[in-house]
Amino acid sequence: MSVDTEQRIAQWRAALTRSAAVTEADADELEEHLRDRMGDLEARGLDADEAFLIAVKRLGATDAVTAEFAREHGDRLWKQLVPRAAVVPGDRPFLEMVLFAALAAVVIQVARLLADAAEPNADWYLRNLPFFVLPVLGAYFVRVRRIPVRRILPLAGVVAALALVVNLYPFAPAPANGSYADPPQTLFLAIAHVLVVLWFVVLAAYSGGDPWSASRRMDAVRFTGEWVIYYVLLALGGGVLLALTMLVLQPVAPGAVDGVLAWVLPSGAAAATVVAAWLVEAKKSIVENLAPVLTAVFTPLFGAGLVVAVVVYLVAGFTGPFDRDLLIGFDVLLLVVVGLVLYGLSARDALAPTGAMDVVRLVAVVAAVVLDLLVLGSMLSRIAEFGTTPNRLVALGFNLLLVVDLAVTAVLALRRGPGTYARMAAWQTGFLGAFALWALFVVVGVPPLFGFA
Amino acid sequence: MNLDKDLVAAMATPLVLAILAEGRSYGYAILKRVHDLSAGEIAWTDGMLYPLLHRLERLGHVQATWGESPEGRKRKYYELTAVGETALAEHRRQWATANRTLGGLWGAILPAGPTPEAAR
Repeated sequence: MSVDTEQRIAQWRAALTRSAAVTEADADELEEHLRDRMGDLEARGLDADEAFLIAVKRLGATDAVTAEFAREHGDRLWKQLVPRAAVVPGDRPFLEMVLFAALAAVVIQVARLLADAAEPNADWYLRNLPFFVLPVLGAYFVRVRRIPVRRILPLAGVVAALALVVNLYPFAPAPANGSYADPPQTLFLAIAHVLVVLWFVVLAAYSGGDPWSASRRMDAVRFTGEWVIYYVLLALGGGVLLALTMLVLQPVAPGAVDGVLAWVLPSGAAAATVVAAWLVEAKKSIVENLAPVLTAVFTPLFGAGLVVAVVVYLVAGFTGPFDRDLLIGFDVLLLVVVGLVLYGLSARDALAPTGAMDVVRLVAVVAAVVLDLLVLGSMLSRIAEFGTTPNRLVALGFNLLLVVDLAVTAVLALRRGPGTYARMAAWQTGFLGAFALWALFVVVGVPPLFGFA
Repeated sequence: MNLDKDLVAAMATPLVLAILAEGRSYGYAILKRVHDLSAGEIAWTDGMLYPLLHRLERLGHVQATWGESPEGRKRKYYELTAVGETALAEHRRQWATANRTLGGLWGAILPAGPTPEAAR
């Protein structure tokens, strides 16, 4: 048979297997049928090309055949959602995941028991909580990525230095009644930002200990979004499981409920960080990522909401009282917009021409920046009036960072031309470093500035 | 003459089972047999046979094994199982009822028509 006909058979076969419902084995079976038919036709005197055309026609239009296969094998379209590794528990990545999830669960329990045994009222446990969880997740990636020692050391160094800072800084003591709920502002801020810095350390480990490559950084961003989604899903499922367990135990062993909470909740939450990370990795190539899908749904909605808000603010003027909570609210809003832009860019082909979604994204960014600048102006004067607190300073600094990030993004988007989207992505991922430095500053620099109050 | 689509669809399962009752076979041969038996009046789109065979396999009516064609290519053979034989008997009973009912009205018209031999 001529090379040409063989090529056409291969193309036809490829078109069939493009559907998830048609497996390689099915394609084998259909190809054998095609060749049988062609053989009969050629025996009747047709040439290979004619035989191919007729045989393909008799087999039916490719999409009709694959649709029929999909009707019979609907499960195949869904089974792809199951990570392969989950089907084979003997799999090595699976075992590594189980090991590190168990390690995370154990570490947090040991820390809790130590804290309870030492001093029931000490805030030591809460203060160090981030250090019991995220380094284990980082270690998981060190193991999975087989990161060489010389690259682990800087990461471990950052974690150790942070732990020293948090534990050795002379934060104002907790109130006399010894409640955990009311730590000094600077300590609370430091712990919250330790989480952020540690997350960047985890991302560095995720990138194989090489956080400086731009494309790896975009992968790290994608990983973060997918990880959050999986973690929320796991937390929802775990919450339902816990609630049902307690409901069942309540009548027979009311005392056991506290025990379940103390043992299962922290361990489950810690182990889920590793499980979520593994899920992201295991499913990366199999299913379309969720974060860009959610982004595509919400970008237009946020864009519309922001434009309305800008109009309302401009018409109504600034009459209401602006306080710290509002500033934090705006921080969250801008963070969401940054997220929408980042994930929109992450899913976008950098070479594709400008589309409607790009325009919508630009409108959302510009509206967010305008809105934030309007509020920021009036808020600055208030801060000048009432003096600053650690919370206000941190909220304000974060706000400025976000505004700069978005404003530059908008300028880049407006300067149309080739490479625009690659430049935007490079700027966005590059600016993540500024966020990491800012979080580090809040941990290391802000407490001394305010006398550890 | 082209048979009504619904009628072809209704016949498909018993037809395939009955052909496999003659012995194990494979997709292309089954289609050729259908073509011969109906004197070319029952024509499927070839590709549609395979999802049907896979469904029968899933139901346990047939069993599939990979073998080789005389040309040395991979070929999937289908064989009737005991479950398939029971299903075929049930199909047969139902078609006999339909045949008898219409035959009672149409009398001698029904059995007539081209036989495979006559069509050649």
